[in-house]
Amino acid sequence: MATIQERPPGEAAEEVLPTFSRPRQGPLHHLRRIPNPVFAWLLMVPSLLFLGGFTVFPAISALWSSLQEPGIDGGIGPAYYEQMMGDAVFRRSLINNLLFSFITVPVSIAVAMLMAVLVNKKLRGRGLLRLAYFTPAMLPVVAAAAIWLFFYQPNFGALNTIARWLGFEGQNWLGNPSTVLPALMVMMIWHQAGLFMLFYLAGLQLISPELDEASQLEGAGRWYHFRRVTFPLLMPTTLFTSIVGLANSFKQVDFIFVTTQGGPNNASNMLLYYIWQTTFPQRRPEYAAAITVVLVLILIVLALIQIRLFERRIHYR
Amino acid sequence: MNRTTLLPRISDKIEVGMAWLLGFLWIAPLLYVFWAAFRQPAVALTLNPFQGWTFDHVESVWNAAPFDRYFMNTVILVSSLVVVQLILGVLAAYALARYTFPGRDIVFAFVLLQLMIFPEILLTENYRLVSNLGLQDTIPGIAIPYAASAFCIFLLRQQFKTVPSELVEAAEIEGASRLETLWKVYVPIARPTIVAFGLVSISFHWNNFLWPLVITRSPESRPITVGIVRFLSPETGIDFASLTAGTVIVVAPLLALFLLTQRQFIQSFMRSGIK
Repeated sequence: MATIQERPPGEAAEEVLPTFSRPRQGPLHHLRRIPNPVFAWLLMVPSLLFLGGFTVFPAISALWSSLQEPGIDGGIGPAYYEQMMGDAVFRRSLINNLLFSFITVPVSIAVAMLMAVLVNKKLRGRGLLRLAYFTPAMLPVVAAAAIWLFFYQPNFGALNTIARWLGFEGQNWLGNPSTVLPALMVMMIWHQAGLFMLFYLAGLQLISPELDEASQLEGAGRWYHFRRVTFPLLMPTTLFTSIVGLANSFKQVDFIFVTTQGGPNNASNMLLYYIWQTTFPQRRPEYAAAITVVLVLILIVLALIQIRLFERRIHYR
Repeated sequence: MNRTTLLPRISDKIEVGMAWLLGFLWIAPLLYVFWAAFRQPAVALTLNPFQGWTFDHVESVWNAAPFDRYFMNTVILVSSLVVVQLILGVLAAYALARYTFPGRDIVFAFVLLQLMIFPEILLTENYRLVSNLGLQDTIPGIAIPYAASAFCIFLLRQQFKTVPSELVEAAEIEGASRLETLWKVYVPIARPTIVAFGLVSISFHWNNFLWPLVITRSPESRPITVGIVRFLSPETGIDFASLTAGTVIVVAPLLALFLLTQRQFIQSFMRSGIK
């Protein structure tokens, strides 16, 4: 409204009143009579229908199928959850998944932050370096996995060839239960750090260069400046990145299809891959539904924690 | 002001060295696969660049499956999906950013929750649901669970919140309807975010694997990631020639597109609300 009050009254009347007196009669002019709250809900409806239809509705139907007792007229009961308690493969997958998430996400974030800080400054070949960091993130996970499969091969894989040049003994990286999960973690960090770097580059753009100059005048060292100025100002980016990373670490099991199929001996199985196994190859959809319920609960808890953090951040502003 | 002592210069050198070392580590695996894909088996693992180049692997893998079809399916899937996501997302984000209405906070919390829970997490139930809709083994069947993107709604809502209210009021006084205001005021301001979301979504759905694997059975509907996996999977014993050639086939088009547009890509990303 401020812009109108600033004008002389006569001019405002000339400009504004005529358009008021003849509102346009477009094909959608009846929409104008709808009150704002109803209009807002109408805009929301298509999205809510799809979002709810393919997440909330299936989540409820998963809960319902998981509570069926086995047998023809079994009734309702926690039989599949009891079965899950005694299922070593489920426990293995859960632990693997949590380990995978809570190691790959922070490490990827740390690497990405380092990359972003390094290529945010003036540096010869900066564009080329950004490209080198980001390119792996463009690949499908199945292709990234194929590349690393090629590296991890016991006989003539690149990694063992290098190890032998240096005089070490080769390893069957993906065939050994104790190395398979770390090997896949390295692959994942390689794959996603570049994407996170982009988030951080975007975050660094918002930090005013004056802060940098102030630190230099004060004689503060680089590391001190990073710790006390850059890092805290990147907190919102870190929050966003961790949401994306955590969500990915639970849903992106594509690489298991290409590399290990969850083996050896389930040492690289993860929750969503196990859900796929129980649904399709094993044809136990009710049991799969029970595992799905557990996975959804984990994700809801993580999401709620993050929403709380978000609220705090909004208050902070 | 004269602080050109030795220490900062050394630390500068270390930083530059670290940047290049990381760059090398990150790009080397990919370069090596491209190298290996075009080498004859006998020389595949040597580093002599003067002999043994061949197109045989790429050609035989290309001829072993209907890749042209797979690529076309992926292009149709990705382009139509991004358009639908943006239309639904713009409308929902506008409602969330501009109006206060009963239930708005609950709806927004619901959208935030969806940032974590993706359709493929519920693959058992969604498989049943999409099959009941008669969309099994079709491209719309791959797309429909993703038609509304919580990520898109969230990003655009954050961006729309920054639209100055003076502009909106001016448009209203000019007689613009609510949808006209959206189209002429909000959408142009949010353009960098829209472009950045489009790019993220294209690369996500181009690369998506698990859900298309579950819902498709025939080459007529399969996207490239699902079509390629049998060349990448170790079940049949490792054939490195096909493995590397298959990787090159699936990666090359997207990589070429990215290399051509990377400057704009990174710029629009850095200017968008994604941070």
